[in-house]
Amino acid sequence: MALPQMTTEEDPKPVMQPIAVTAIAREPGAVVQMPGDGGISAIRRHLTERGSGAVADRIFMGLMLACALSIFAIVLFILTVLVIRSKLSLAQFGFGFFVSSAWDPVSGDFGALPFIFGTLMTSFLALAMAVPLALGVAIFLSELCPERLRAPISFVTELLAAIPSVVYGLWAFFVLVPIMRDQLGPWLYKYFGWTKLFDGYNFGVGLLTASIILAIMILPIISSITRDIMLAVPTSQREAVLALGATRWEMVRTGVLRNARIGIVGAVILGLGRALGETMAVTMVIGNHAEIAKSLFAPGNTLASVIATEFSEATGDLYLSSLVEIGLALFIVTVVVNAIARGLVWAVTRGTPSRAH
Amino acid sequence: MGVGISVEHLNAWYGQTHTLQDINVKLPANHATALIGPSGCGKSTFVRCLNRMHETNPIARAEGVVKMGDIDIYKDAEPVQIRRRVGMVFQRPNPFPTMSIYDNVASGLKLNGFRNRKVLDETVERSLKAAALWEEVKDDLKKKSGASLSGGQQQRMCIARALAVDPEVLLMDEPASALDPVSTSKIEDLIFQLKSQYTIVIVTHNMQQAARVAENTGFFLNGKMVEFDSTHKIFTNPTDKRTEDYITGRFG
Amino acid sequence: MSANPLYTPPPVRGEGPLHAPLNMNSKWIRLNRARRHAVNHGVTFLAILSTVLVIAPLVAILVYLLYMGASSLNLAFFTKIPAPVGMPGGGMANAIVGSGIILAVASAMGIPVGIAAGVYLAEFGRGKLLAGTVRFTADVLNGVPSIVMGIAAWVVLVDRRGFSALAGSVALAIMMVPMIARTTEEMLATVPHAIREAALGLGVPKWRTVLSVSLKTASPGIITGCMLAFARVAGETAPLLFTALGNQFWSFKLNQPIAALPLQIYVYAISPYDEWHRLAWAGSLVLIVMIMVAVTLVRIYAARGVMKGAS
Repeated sequence: MALPQMTTEEDPKPVMQPIAVTAIAREPGAVVQMPGDGGISAIRRHLTERGSGAVADRIFMGLMLACALSIFAIVLFILTVLVIRSKLSLAQFGFGFFVSSAWDPVSGDFGALPFIFGTLMTSFLALAMAVPLALGVAIFLSELCPERLRAPISFVTELLAAIPSVVYGLWAFFVLVPIMRDQLGPWLYKYFGWTKLFDGYNFGVGLLTASIILAIMILPIISSITRDIMLAVPTSQREAVLALGATRWEMVRTGVLRNARIGIVGAVILGLGRALGETMAVTMVIGNHAEIAKSLFAPGNTLASVIATEFSEATGDLYLSSLVEIGLALFIVTVVVNAIARGLVWAVTRGTPSRAH
Repeated sequence: MGVGISVEHLNAWYGQTHTLQDINVKLPANHATALIGPSGCGKSTFVRCLNRMHETNPIARAEGVVKMGDIDIYKDAEPVQIRRRVGMVFQRPNPFPTMSIYDNVASGLKLNGFRNRKVLDETVERSLKAAALWEEVKDDLKKKSGASLSGGQQQRMCIARALAVDPEVLLMDEPASALDPVSTSKIEDLIFQLKSQYTIVIVTHNMQQAARVAENTGFFLNGKMVEFDSTHKIFTNPTDKRTEDYITGRFG
Repeated sequence: MSANPLYTPPPVRGEGPLHAPLNMNSKWIRLNRARRHAVNHGVTFLAILSTVLVIAPLVAILVYLLYMGASSLNLAFFTKIPAPVGMPGGGMANAIVGSGIILAVASAMGIPVGIAAGVYLAEFGRGKLLAGTVRFTADVLNGVPSIVMGIAAWVVLVDRRGFSALAGSVALAIMMVPMIARTTEEMLATVPHAIREAALGLGVPKWRTVLSVSLKTASPGIITGCMLAFARVAGETAPLLFTALGNQFWSFKLNQPIAALPLQIYVYAISPYDEWHRLAWAGSLVLIVMIMVAVTLVRIYAARGVMKGAS
């Protein structure tokens, strides 16, 4: 069979003249002596003598590994330290600590129920206010927003997420509290007083105010993670729904939100985790009263805020131990909540960069 | 002169996939050998086994005897030592983006602790001349970053970088596939020039390139080396029917 | 569905799939289409409304803070320590310096460990279970309230010993490590694998490749990540409440209580003195400006494609 003929000249003329260096033949392994310069021999000698770096590799990797393991060490450290220091109150009150409403440093009786109540109440109220708004913002930013507005708005959201808690607290204390006391509170009582949620004196500080500032603070994180998740849904899903003749909202509902459901739940739980542990802003507007609040205007306390307010002045081992135990509870709860949330978010975004909020 | 490479019973795996199956071949010193074959049949893996780059992938594994000269590269030496004696040029040019042209070419020496300024200067000049890039960049050596050159220039710089450490073997994995025809022919001329001092192994998809440049050719199919012979024989009168089918374009 | 006034039930059909060709203009379909479009417009309106409801007040807060802070800021703020209670004048110079000291010590501890952890995750741990677990744990740690870190530092360094700047630094350092580890890892992941291979192919040992190629290429992004972590912990108050405690006077010692900016803002904010409130606003402005600079720089890098939104 005739194979196509290809040019197979044995020694085609070289295009360039080889320079003097390359014309010198070398034996394998021999050290080349160059006229006037020890260049190649020096290189060959240096590289051959130089070690393979295997030991340095192992030491280096060991160091890096040790630092990576330090992250585990940090978690274990916090856990151990908190458990040891709260032994006293753990032994004294046992599980009753978390169902008792007594908080009396004088008589030495401590119970964390009011703070658990305060934490849960404010967090869930904040979520109830923040989640619909955050979803709306996320939907707007990812589906409806004109291209030019997208960057500025998400930049503003990022900026707001970075404002320190104490600054939010400062604002809430001097602006939100008077509004609550003088305008919003009476308005709420007038129209919704029948729900019995707004009884009692209204000093501006209290459960509702704390919930509002908390909602403002967790909004950015919920909306930006939701936006990330929505962007992770492949365009093909959106196009498939649109091709069936759906309106834009129907496309978002079935093509995006349905797929992103799990991740959005994760984002909400992350917001919850943030709300549970939020300290300074809440401390400044919640009124610091260790009782289960009977109305939304009543002062209360959260697990984090009681630690913030009472820790530096606490005396007596039992008092301190109880406060440390509250810290332990806070730690465990936020770790569990965050682990669940991160797991859900990861399941949807599959290891793409996660936000370190 | 370069050294000859002798491969016996080389097997390689990526995880569970048996990528190379019992390769036996002798690559002569100071010759250029081309490796041809359809995509994914193990040519790149084979070449990466020759300088122990294959094992940088955590799920990769290789077994067998590969000798360069008298040294069994898997038993008698550390990977780092082998790689200093074997230069590699990759499919896409990969200059170091944070380094100047000078630093790029000298990187094999500088990152291995070589400090002699005078020798570095000479080596950079010599390597760039050998790679036919000197005239184009000699004024901007330290001012321009390695990544600011055109594709063809970058690849020639990578060749210069590989030459600067004075290797004995030069491995090239489809060095011209990402380049335009002018750069490709420049690089082929280069290879022709260089093969008198180094042992060159070049993986290529381009059969004409293999014919132009290499004295011997090996044909890979599905992880096996089906045939290895002089280029002339492979392209005019191959022994194995599969080789013939590939050459004539029946598949691949 | 029966409650919807626009809904009319579809006409009854006989057996079989498309018993009669679909009349796209039948009353039912027209009404249904109208309903769907109305819902679409309604939701669009709600989304825009919620964005406005969210962004506008938040921007208003920001502007208010900037205004209140700016009107309270003067040179004395940066140079004087607090005046005795009730007297005018004074500043937060000691708090600014104190924050600087705490942050410097915290960074010296936290940044190297964080970067090293990130290097391990990106360069040695790819695909391994250990790395995945460390990554997950770091993310979870990033969500733990900072006051818990403060308690831990208190137990080890303050309990039975006394308040100290070092304790505050330790609390902040353990916050910084997981943050920086994650951002470092993400930045190293953007380094193309091809240049690592180039270095390895030249016979450069792995440790030298990581240092001179991977880290060097990713360094702008890594530095930005460190800046972000720095800005975040700079605003933290809770971990300092019972570690560094605060100080009305100059202090430069690590084993004594020390003033810190966010701490001082908190104390002044809840105090009954107007003069101190003024100082609290000024301090907030300084904090916010610093944080805004850091976030803006991150954004600039993100626009250049160096970072993918790790914050």
